Amino acid sequence: MPSQNRFMDSASYIDLENVVFSRNGRRIFDGVSLSIPRGRITAIMGPSGTGKTTLLRLIGGQLRPDSGRISVAGQQVPALGRKALYRLREKMGMLFQSGALFTDLSVYENVAFPLRVHTSLPEDMIHDIVLMKLQAVGLRGARDLMPAELSGGMTRRVALARSIALDPELIMYDEPFAGQDPIAMGVLVKLIRDLNRTMGLTSVLVSHDVPESLSICHFACIIADGHVIGQGTPEQLRNHPSERVQQFLQGQPDGPVPFHYPAPDPGQDWFATGEGA
Amino acid sequence: MAQRTTEFIVGVFMVAGFAALVFLALQVSGLTPGAASDTYTVYARFNDAGGLAVRGRVSMAGVTIGRIQTITLDQESFQAQVVMDIDASVNNIPTDSSAIIRTSGLLGEQYIDISVGADETAMQNGDAFYSTQSALNLERMISNFASGR
Amino acid sequence: MIHRIRRLGRQGIEVLRALGRSGVFLFGALWGLPRPSEGLPLLIRQLYVVGVLSLAIVIVSGLFIGMVLGLQGYTILSDYGSEDAVGQMIALTLVRELGPVVAALLFAGRAGSALTAEIGLMKATEQLSSLEMMGVDPLRRVIAPRLWAGFIAMPLLAVIFSTVGIWGGMLVGVEWLGVFEGSFWGNMQASVSFVDDVLNGVIKSIVFGFFCTWIAVFQGYDCVPTSAGISSATTKTVVYSSLAVLGLDFVLTAVMFGSF
Repeated sequence: MPSQNRFMDSASYIDLENVVFSRNGRRIFDGVSLSIPRGRITAIMGPSGTGKTTLLRLIGGQLRPDSGRISVAGQQVPALGRKALYRLREKMGMLFQSGALFTDLSVYENVAFPLRVHTSLPEDMIHDIVLMKLQAVGLRGARDLMPAELSGGMTRRVALARSIALDPELIMYDEPFAGQDPIAMGVLVKLIRDLNRTMGLTSVLVSHDVPESLSICHFACIIADGHVIGQGTPEQLRNHPSERVQQFLQGQPDGPVPFHYPAPDPGQDWFATGEGA
Repeated sequence: MAQRTTEFIVGVFMVAGFAALVFLALQVSGLTPGAASDTYTVYARFNDAGGLAVRGRVSMAGVTIGRIQTITLDQESFQAQVVMDIDASVNNIPTDSSAIIRTSGLLGEQYIDISVGADETAMQNGDAFYSTQSALNLERMISNFASGR
Repeated sequence: MIHRIRRLGRQGIEVLRALGRSGVFLFGALWGLPRPSEGLPLLIRQLYVVGVLSLAIVIVSGLFIGMVLGLQGYTILSDYGSEDAVGQMIALTLVRELGPVVAALLFAGRAGSALTAEIGLMKATEQLSSLEMMGVDPLRRVIAPRLWAGFIAMPLLAVIFSTVGIWGGMLVGVEWLGVFEGSFWGNMQASVSFVDDVLNGVIKSIVFGFFCTWIAVFQGYDCVPTSAGISSATTKTVVYSSLAVLGLDFVLTAVMFGSF
């Protein structure tokens, strides 16, 4: 486990400053500041519906914040023009929750796709790279299958191979563990860790699977209600004084986040229906 | 499916589409290549153009030899001025021929029939028919008959 | 009451916003076909999906509509003793009206709904987002080839529809009911003009193809990325395309044939 000092040493790759973002009149982020270190795995956790995926889209420039600064690799993402943004995205990989494989292409062609679009490598070189990437996720044998023939875990592994095809500097994982069986989950945990270690990838991991995320990340951050409510190394978070952080980490049903959805006084509710009937 | 097969089938589809267009042009609308330039124009004035229509048939002895180009009112004589495009190959219509409006069948479309004269000089581009015979108006005929005239 | 008016106003604004979005969308996609070396295979692939796969329904419908026209036309015209004009009637109806209109309606039902569902599904499964994140503009890669394929396929389908229909009419009129073949074709050729009828019909089908594909592709791209959203977008495609085709047909007919 790296110490906090070592974490402080590494320069940050992504910086968010006072990001405010609202959609359909609902404020999703209300002044989020966050820095993500280069070459480390950072987990962003939080209850469902807090806009974790939205955060990734903001970093990727698919959405623009209402105010605040987002810089990736020293570039201000919201200020970039279309061309510059697309060039920046070539340095990013993103693993979508559903995998987002192209359903009309085979596994091989899916992984080859970014290479064909962004490079003009000869066919035999593409062949070698694709097989190498598929080997890295353990699916070299599945290259001729179509996405419809893959299981959920395999889909994500293929998608992972595709997102690292261009050797990006940054990879973002959107809920990589959601809906996976324990074996597939173990495989993904191992892959994320190995990729980070061998390729030095800056990794951002969005998840609400606490034990898996904390087991691999160097640094974690918990977002709720549009704010960062706690951040630090996994060790620091486990000893965090905030009750909300503890409730989230330990999965307690009741606490600062109440079990009951806000409702009028029970007596009044039942009394009212009694009268109405 | 292999890209080559797809390409081939799409190619067949496009050829079929253009073949259909050619069919519509040649067989359905009777367009003959280069026909447009091979005509000359003649005029005829009728007291009553009746149900004559633009693009109607101009025939001689029952054979179509041209089409009606325009039908306008000549404001000096108050007659219908009909412009016809005649096939260039029919270049020996005698100048004393007459243009008659006839009806195909009892209620069919009306067309111009050219009744051949005996003159030795042939009509040229821009000439007009001296003698014309207007549309046979069924209604007028019946009313004439009924009033005993 | 005030509430209702306000809601009406809000809906109006929503409609205008959607129109604006679709305009921007069309502009982005039309000028965005990727370079020929990679765009052409995509275009051919979509021509296959949009055009060739619609061919069966277009041919079968064309054949039957031509045959029905032949039967009906013969029955009505034989009352006036002018059954020779059946060829002319079939050809004019098909080339001017039914060819472009019915082919466009079939196209909206077959290819348009498929386009909407496909693009909607790509949106729901984050394929469009993932293209964006790979630095590939989905408007160029996904939308533009489909749009152009629709524009190209529609007139071809309409012309094939008319041709098959005329052939079907001839089958009934000449082979079956005994109209003299010479007068069938002769009457037709005398009354159908290439420029005024055939070409105007083709122009109609180009316009219909443009709007049908635009509607289909935009509905898919703009849909709510859930199963309910996709199904409602697919329905909208068919309804809007049909209404657009029929409405535009009236306008175009008035402009093209209105002078007589």
